Amino acid sequence: MTVSTVILVQDLSKHYGPVRAVDGISFTVARGATCALLGGNGAGKTTTIAMLLGLLLPTSGRIDLLGEEVPRYRQRVLPRMNFSSPYVDLPQRLTVAENLTVYARLYGVRRVAERLAVLGRDLDIAAFFRRPYGSLSTGQKTRVALAKALLNEPEILLLDEPTASLDPDTADRMRGILTNYQRRSGATLLLASHNMSEVERLCDQVIMLRAGQIVATGAPRELIHRYGRKDMEEVFLDIARGIQSGEVLE
Amino acid sequence: MNGISLYRIGALALRYLYLLRSSRIRIIELAYWPTVQMILWGFITQYLMTHSGVLHQAAGLLLSGVLLWDVLFRSQLGLSVVFFEEMHARNLAQLLISPLQPIELIIALMSISLVRTLIGVGIAVLLAIPFYSFNLFTLGPPLIGFFLNLLLMGWAIGLLVSALVLRYGMGAESIAWAAIFALAPLCGIYYPVATLPGWLQPLAWTLPASYVFEGMRAVLLDHAFRLDYLLYALLLNVGYLGLGIGVFLATIHQARQRGSLLQSGE
Repeated sequence: MTVSTVILVQDLSKHYGPVRAVDGISFTVARGATCALLGGNGAGKTTTIAMLLGLLLPTSGRIDLLGEEVPRYRQRVLPRMNFSSPYVDLPQRLTVAENLTVYARLYGVRRVAERLAVLGRDLDIAAFFRRPYGSLSTGQKTRVALAKALLNEPEILLLDEPTASLDPDTADRMRGILTNYQRRSGATLLLASHNMSEVERLCDQVIMLRAGQIVATGAPRELIHRYGRKDMEEVFLDIARGIQSGEVLE
Repeated sequence: MNGISLYRIGALALRYLYLLRSSRIRIIELAYWPTVQMILWGFITQYLMTHSGVLHQAAGLLLSGVLLWDVLFRSQLGLSVVFFEEMHARNLAQLLISPLQPIELIIALMSISLVRTLIGVGIAVLLAIPFYSFNLFTLGPPLIGFFLNLLLMGWAIGLLVSALVLRYGMGAESIAWAAIFALAPLCGIYYPVATLPGWLQPLAWTLPASYVFEGMRAVLLDHAFRLDYLLYALLLNVGYLGLGIGVFLATIHQARQRGSLLQSGE
């Protein structure tokens, strides 16, 4: 693992009986990079992210995050990373400020009120700090979830479908927030997404998964060129349908 | 395992206090059932006192039993119901990817269970004074030992029930209510363990609560403090609590293997 590599995955597998959800994948992500895990439903994206988070134990393989082996030393790494997904939630009855306060303390943030004020301003959520989280719209909830993920100013930020079910305006604002955060902090972003224009805009590295295996890697432009397509949407369709680079779709 | 952080435990306890504060109905509900039980058994006691020599001798026997039973019941529910809240809220995965360690989650659950038990049973205990001129505190210093042992046993059962629900899903939630009532007849809350059939008595003596309720009767009927009962109960509780913690941690580990933490919810 080089100094600039913050995510190292080697021969990682997760099997559920005969089902190989992730099947021997290896990749690295450099510090400050934005990497997308792409693939159709059941390709292994969420499983891979769950293993990086230590929420799921691998069947075999190795994961190093920020130079520490996970899950063995996950406790050393967890304060330095964070995660956001529309598929996990925050307590509905607590207000936004209460939720963020609790998680700020769990992540060891020292000046909680100051940090909340900054995030309230940056993510434009201060107006509903006192409202119960459960009363917010989907877009507002996603911004709050992202605020939770940025509380500890993570060096690694894992995002599962960060803009799923958001309207184009809110989704665009979310991408802007992520870009700004990354430029300012130099953090490494790993995201699973189905939104190809998002991937083209945000990512400098793409890992394509199908049936738990890596079938293509590279920068978005490189993949578009390799597959002879006009955008990532078409590349995604080729890969999801099992078409090799260079083949022509009938 | 890294060092346990009081800061993180406090953070999670704060989350549970926020939750409690967010609904006045919940606070009222905490005290409602213990108070109803106390009122019901208070009337029964008043009636029986005129017909029963034993109750005439120790008027607080039934009321002490019902209030101490509620300590056990509330401490178990206070732990497992709060854990179920995390599953209902789909918040468990968020907690387990934060730096919070599972053992810290357990300690936070125990802390909030203590708060909920003190609120719930405390109000009933205080109301019993004007209602029936009955003061549970007349049990004296042994009351601390009784309370502590019942609390520990409640936590042990609460952890085992929570582990069961984590393993089998929210469909198993009703076990939280049923589990403790299955033990109630064996604990000798309202009658001595000797009343049970001979073949059940050895089983009753494996429960810390049986020693507590026998100890309570020793104080009320014989004015004797049975330290040996408290120590037996404590010894058993150490074992049961160790088992509860071990099973809970093992279930979380198993959930990480099975991938069920991401799917936990209603």
